[in-house]
Amino acid sequence: MIRAAALAVFALGVLTGAGAASAAGEVRIGSKKFTESVILGEAARLLIAETGAIVRHRRELGGSRVLWNALIRGDIDVYPEYTGTLRAETLAGLGLKDDAALEDALSARGLRMSPPLGFNNTYALGMVESRAEALGIRRISDLLAHPNLRLGFGNEFMDRADGWPALQRRYGLPHADVRGLDHDLGYRGLRAGDIDVMDLYSTDAEIAYYGLRVLADDLGHFPAYHAVFLYRADLARRAPEAVAALTRLAGRLDDRSMARLNGRVKLEGRSEAETAAEFINATLGLGLEAQAASLWARLWAATLEHLTLVAVSLGAAILVSIPLGVIAFRHPGPGRVILGIVGAIQTLPALALLVFMIPLLGIGGPPAMVALFLYSLLPIVRNTHAGLHGIDEPLRRSALALGLGGRDRLFRIELPLAAPVILAGIKTSAVINVGTATLGALIGAGGYGQSILTGIRLDDTALILEGAVPAALLALAVQGGFELAERRFVPRGIAPQSRMA
Amino acid sequence: MLTLHQVAKRFGDTAALHPLDLTVAPGRTLVVIGPSGCGKSTLLGLMNGLIAPDGGTVHFDGRELTAETLIPARRRMGYVIQEGGLFPHLTAGANVTLMGRVLGWDRDRIAARLGELSALTDFPADALDRYPIELSGGQRQRVGLMRALMLDPDLLLLDEPLGALDPLIRFELQAELRDIFRTLGKTVVMVTHDLGEAAFFADTILLMRAGRVVQQGGIDDLAERPADPFVTRFMEAQRGRWDGRGAGGGG
Repeated sequence: MIRAAALAVFALGVLTGAGAASAAGEVRIGSKKFTESVILGEAARLLIAETGAIVRHRRELGGSRVLWNALIRGDIDVYPEYTGTLRAETLAGLGLKDDAALEDALSARGLRMSPPLGFNNTYALGMVESRAEALGIRRISDLLAHPNLRLGFGNEFMDRADGWPALQRRYGLPHADVRGLDHDLGYRGLRAGDIDVMDLYSTDAEIAYYGLRVLADDLGHFPAYHAVFLYRADLARRAPEAVAALTRLAGRLDDRSMARLNGRVKLEGRSEAETAAEFINATLGLGLEAQAASLWARLWAATLEHLTLVAVSLGAAILVSIPLGVIAFRHPGPGRVILGIVGAIQTLPALALLVFMIPLLGIGGPPAMVALFLYSLLPIVRNTHAGLHGIDEPLRRSALALGLGGRDRLFRIELPLAAPVILAGIKTSAVINVGTATLGALIGAGGYGQSILTGIRLDDTALILEGAVPAALLALAVQGGFELAERRFVPRGIAPQSRMA
Repeated sequence: MLTLHQVAKRFGDTAALHPLDLTVAPGRTLVVIGPSGCGKSTLLGLMNGLIAPDGGTVHFDGRELTAETLIPARRRMGYVIQEGGLFPHLTAGANVTLMGRVLGWDRDRIAARLGELSALTDFPADALDRYPIELSGGQRQRVGLMRALMLDPDLLLLDEPLGALDPLIRFELQAELRDIFRTLGKTVVMVTHDLGEAAFFADTILLMRAGRVVQQGGIDDLAERPADPFVTRFMEAQRGRWDGRGAGGGG
């Protein structure tokens, strides 16, 4: 049994390792979990694919820190980044003065960046055009004359060192009515007249959509956030044509164009791939086609990814948990430790467990499988222990009195008697696993969670349902499957009474 | 066959069995009797090592029971408990033949032994495929007995084997069981709290009270030469049961 457990761990290692190895020949692009980053990721994918290289885009992997770490580890080769973010956040400790210093710091870490794409997605302040016109406000300095204006800022902007606190000091802004709110809600508040001024990302599609005036940063407070493709230096050796492809958009994508592309996706509901292809074709005179996968193709791919996550993690969990439950039952001392540890793992929020895996195993399927594996242990270990513990004393005595050795007692008597309880534990684990696996998309593991994640970003209910409905159906199917297995494998003698008739 | 030397057992603060010497003679039937909590089931458990003694030694067929000798010894001791203690996930037949399979007997040998045993215990062949929950109480008891006899043990230990049966079935089974013991010539140790049953089966009766042996002997010894007033009281309390007069007690 110990051997079976070791085998399971080994198999998990091989499977997860194989996942990483299969990606070695391809160029892997990552993107952050907001629309602009996904569009740029798609643009990179299309341009690199055009060179004939095998390329894969893992969308919406997370925030800047996750993408940066994934790039450093080599889980991905390329992702779109902003120079301001690198200088002011990621490498803030280095106090980099300009982009030349940034390039040196990057190459010291085995990274390079492409020439800037053109646009500068910096922070800005915005007002409704008509109101700004009426008050005669064009620049941020003009706000000094209107101390009674109501300011609403995104929560991140309120907190960031280069956000509101620094802006207020730099311009000496006297405003007292300042509140933090969700960035997307800010636009609605502005239109409804609940607030007068909000923070903007300068390439937000909503600027044009809501008819906003962007106030000039006349004191030059906000740093430049030039968009670049950040890539690993070894990519230039492995796939020089891919690196060359990344430079083709250099200087071709200005603020207005980027805002327009964002609008295509966020406001008009077009796909990121289509939007990126249209722009590339118009700009570079190419004839790229973004083959949008059909609903069924997407569902099939997501189902395969999801089932792989569940099958590998649950299979390994079963092979490890049952021996652990047996050990916990046979040796009460170590048993308390085992039950305590697997119980403690279960108290970690699934999301936290997934995120803990990133520094250890990077992003993608393997860390998600390990997190799901850990998460699936408790119900099976606990039910194995409880099932063995619940065997009637006379049966236990009979097994001993017959002269059965420990191994025969376990495999011929105890485990079969505990089987219904153990199966119930596996069923619980499986259903939890199917649901929790949707969170795997947050660290790039794909599956049904990917549609849910994209749907939330684009506020697209149909897309959310495209992930949520199959996930729910799969959970039901798994539950039904285990009930069938119970009928098949649990002997009549210990089946629930309802089936005896 | 079985020799207990200064065997004692405590459960917490209570002495379940005071130090005791006992020899079980081969081919004879010893019945251990006494009121609830007298230590009779503890005594039986000590004989096949289900209960480890706090002191003293148990020898089976000349060898001391230790961790190493326990499993081979148990395979030579059949053990039957109330309701048979049958494994609910195995059919009647699979319960009986379990040890044959564990020991790697071939199919024919297992089938032949099963045939012998079901003939011996008068168990219907078509019921062998049923699970314990689908059998009557009497049938379960027969399966329990067959399972205990599977390896043709030298010694049979029975802990209130008929205790859960209704009186009519019990009456029939008592007769059958005694015939079987006589046919096979086994050494038998049986625990019961029923004096009528003890008298019916025993070559020797061991009467216990509060963890001690009060008297050992034939039923006539106990009736005519009681070693202690308790023996008389115990006999009186149960007498009605076996001479057919008065209210039935203890049944």
